[in-house]
Amino acid sequence: MKLILHIWRQKNAASAGRMVRYEAGDMNPDMSMLEALDVLNERLIEKGEEPVAFEHDCREGICGSCGFMINGVAHGPQRLTTTCQLTLRHFKDGDELYLEPWRAKAFPVLKDLMVDRGAFDRIIAAGGYISVSTGSAPDGNAIPVAKDNADRAMDAAACIGCGACVAACPNAAAALFTGAKITHLGLLPQGEPERHERALNMVAQWNIEGFGACTNLGECEAACPKGIRLEVIARMNHDYLAASCHRR
Amino acid sequence: MALDAKSPSGPIENRWDRARFEMKLVNPANKRKHTIIVVGAGLAGASAAASLGELGYKVKSFCFQDSPRRAHSIAAQGGINAAKNYPNDGDSVFRLFYDTVKGGDFRARESNVYRLAQISVNIIDQCVAQGVPFAREYSGTLSNRSFGGAQVSRTFYARGQTGQQLLLGAYQALERQVEAGQVEMYPRTEMLDLVVIDGAARGIVTRDLVTGKIECHVADAVVLGTGGYGNVYYLSTNAKGSNCTAIWRAHKRGAYFANPCFTQIHPTCIPVSGDYQSKLTLMSESLRNDGRIWVPKTGGDKRRPDAIPENERDYYLERKYPSFGNLVPRDVASRNAKHVCDEGRGVGPGGLGVYLDFSDAIRRLGEDKIRERYGNLFEMYERITDDNPYKTPMRIYPAIHYTMGGLWVDYYLMSTIPGLFVAGEANFSDHGANRLGASALMQGLSDGYFVLPYTVGDYLAKAKPAPADVSHAAFREAEASVQSVTQRLMSIQGKRSVDSFHRELGKIVWDDCGMSRNAHGLEHAIGKIRELREEYWQNVRVLGAAGDLNQSLEKAGRVADFFELSELMCRDALERNESCGGHFREEYQTPDGEARRNDDEFSYAAAWQYQGGGAPHALHKESLEFEYVHPSQRSYK
Repeated sequence: MKLILHIWRQKNAASAGRMVRYEAGDMNPDMSMLEALDVLNERLIEKGEEPVAFEHDCREGICGSCGFMINGVAHGPQRLTTTCQLTLRHFKDGDELYLEPWRAKAFPVLKDLMVDRGAFDRIIAAGGYISVSTGSAPDGNAIPVAKDNADRAMDAAACIGCGACVAACPNAAAALFTGAKITHLGLLPQGEPERHERALNMVAQWNIEGFGACTNLGECEAACPKGIRLEVIARMNHDYLAASCHRR
Repeated sequence: MALDAKSPSGPIENRWDRARFEMKLVNPANKRKHTIIVVGAGLAGASAAASLGELGYKVKSFCFQDSPRRAHSIAAQGGINAAKNYPNDGDSVFRLFYDTVKGGDFRARESNVYRLAQISVNIIDQCVAQGVPFAREYSGTLSNRSFGGAQVSRTFYARGQTGQQLLLGAYQALERQVEAGQVEMYPRTEMLDLVVIDGAARGIVTRDLVTGKIECHVADAVVLGTGGYGNVYYLSTNAKGSNCTAIWRAHKRGAYFANPCFTQIHPTCIPVSGDYQSKLTLMSESLRNDGRIWVPKTGGDKRRPDAIPENERDYYLERKYPSFGNLVPRDVASRNAKHVCDEGRGVGPGGLGVYLDFSDAIRRLGEDKIRERYGNLFEMYERITDDNPYKTPMRIYPAIHYTMGGLWVDYYLMSTIPGLFVAGEANFSDHGANRLGASALMQGLSDGYFVLPYTVGDYLAKAKPAPADVSHAAFREAEASVQSVTQRLMSIQGKRSVDSFHRELGKIVWDDCGMSRNAHGLEHAIGKIRELREEYWQNVRVLGAAGDLNQSLEKAGRVADFFELSELMCRDALERNESCGGHFREEYQTPDGEARRNDDEFSYAAAWQYQGGGAPHALHKESLEFEYVHPSQRSYK
């Protein structure tokens, strides 16, 4: 099959970028979107043109490295699927696709389709953990955890930190990402002692990083390849509000 | 140099306690005066960096990914073993130790494996306390399952994402230390050389992958937790970025490389579908609990699977291994799949695949039960292949998954370079010639959380490293050498892309040093590798600039190292005239085609020393003693 790819090319953070049109013929519908870019890159190298830079690593939908906008949709049209697992069979022969990097002030573009998501690490560093040092843990079964809570914690913990939620949000808010971690840890008895501090510190860091505010539009949930649900934002708001009152 | 594993003596169950007591301690007030470099941020690296930071050392942590949360430990699906014996089904530290030594086909060091089994229980406690959402029973206690053919249920899991959850636990502990100022994090930074001063590891040279800047970092000790080298085969279940560069360059500075030919081929992966294929996707081993593996009895049978009647199918694992059937260990299952495909009975495009059929299980248990057990895996399979495994059998084929070989380390996880420690898949220590399922996560975390925090301190207390800085000649020399390799790669400007070379190299290694090997093929492969390597340095094309974000340049350096490592793998495989675990030499098999070990001559770890200047590697042997688990022929009939 043949695709027309319009790809954002930008030399580095300091340069201006632009869309460049490529004709990608002889593509196989079983290829993933990233394999299509591999093939395109091989052809570019052959012609002496610099290949398109894009982020990727595991290529099985779990590391969270990959992702870009495909026709304005984060990770493309297939629900619950990261870009690396999106196969070309979801497109038609001759389709025109526009590939652009995540757009958010807090995610500056580094090159082509790659952005810097270091802000996510700093939000985690602000409180996205349980403060237990190695060696000080009680027996694993000492504190029972209701299965229901463990399951819901796992639902939230499935976040891969790809940034699609931010890219999809018209406000570029980091609510789904931050809420997922607050929910994961807050649902567990081990995470309870730091629950309030965690919400305050992580949300504060989110503001420092320049992400926008959440207005409950729900675009993030629709774009999330791991099915993280909006309720994590409700839990975050609950913890944040409770913590703010508690502090006064 | 004599290879001294420094295994403590005495009863095996007391060795680690004794070793810990005999270690020297660093005064708490002095810890902050020591800088420790940790390269790699997977389970081993992140847990080591976090734990060392908690103790008060100054830690610098490096990873090539954009965040430590991306390391490939994240992709482990099945689970993590621990001898907790919560199900009361007969497990114990000794049994986990025994199973691991036997599973490794008697090519691992007993003292290390015993320690691993002991520490396994602490890992679970630690991870639970960090908030790892392990599966639970309705009572609120932790769930266990049996995995990889183990006869006890000792595997803890978090759905099909155990590696992800354990890694996020370690990553969060690491970020906590970043916030506390104990760890300085260097993401998108690749180690390109090790700096050795007066015989001890004193730092690294790195490249900033965004700016291209080459930098030097000094430390009192260096820890490598940089994973395995499965990507030497190009197509593997590893992440695209996984590479051997850190361990290989440390090897070239004096660290011995042990058992490079011990590679693990996982039997249940999605087959290659075309020549554009960039990686192989693993389907969890747990599928073999309910799926039946078969191929048509006659070669060239092109009928659809449902059109092939029962009596024209060969359920070859059930036929050959009636007691273990489809649950034989990974090496046996993989080899047999290759065997039937070599006979021309493989299925799917290219004939490189076998069926994994759930129709019996669906008839017996109902589709709902199967969906509950494997729903996410079936979805993943369908997403990739566009086939519905509820209706038609899956097609699977073996793929490279893990490398048991790695840098040689003693009991204290220190390499042959004093002050250079190696943890997780990057070292060779605990899995012998074959790794059991759910053991990799255990080993990475054991090394990082519970071994290195003791042994690195012991080294610092005894060695008392003198102050050093980047103006030292050794740093200048290492930096210049990194610059010159980079310049050389950039200046060739040949005709072929890095990937095209890597793909060709992978095919050579897969064909002759993959699932089965023979002397003729290995010698042939060495010749081909040398030829291709020569062409590489004449004809590779790396576009762009060195002082810029340049993914082709990153790959070019890694592939250059794969060339050298692959030759050593073949040498090692050629030298080991026996079959054991994942290393199957066709010349050494039993009359019914099983691996034949030769304990009299090969009960050792092969540790290779780099000699430089084109001289061949020198082989050193660490002889393996088995005091507790007596070597026997593995039988799964």
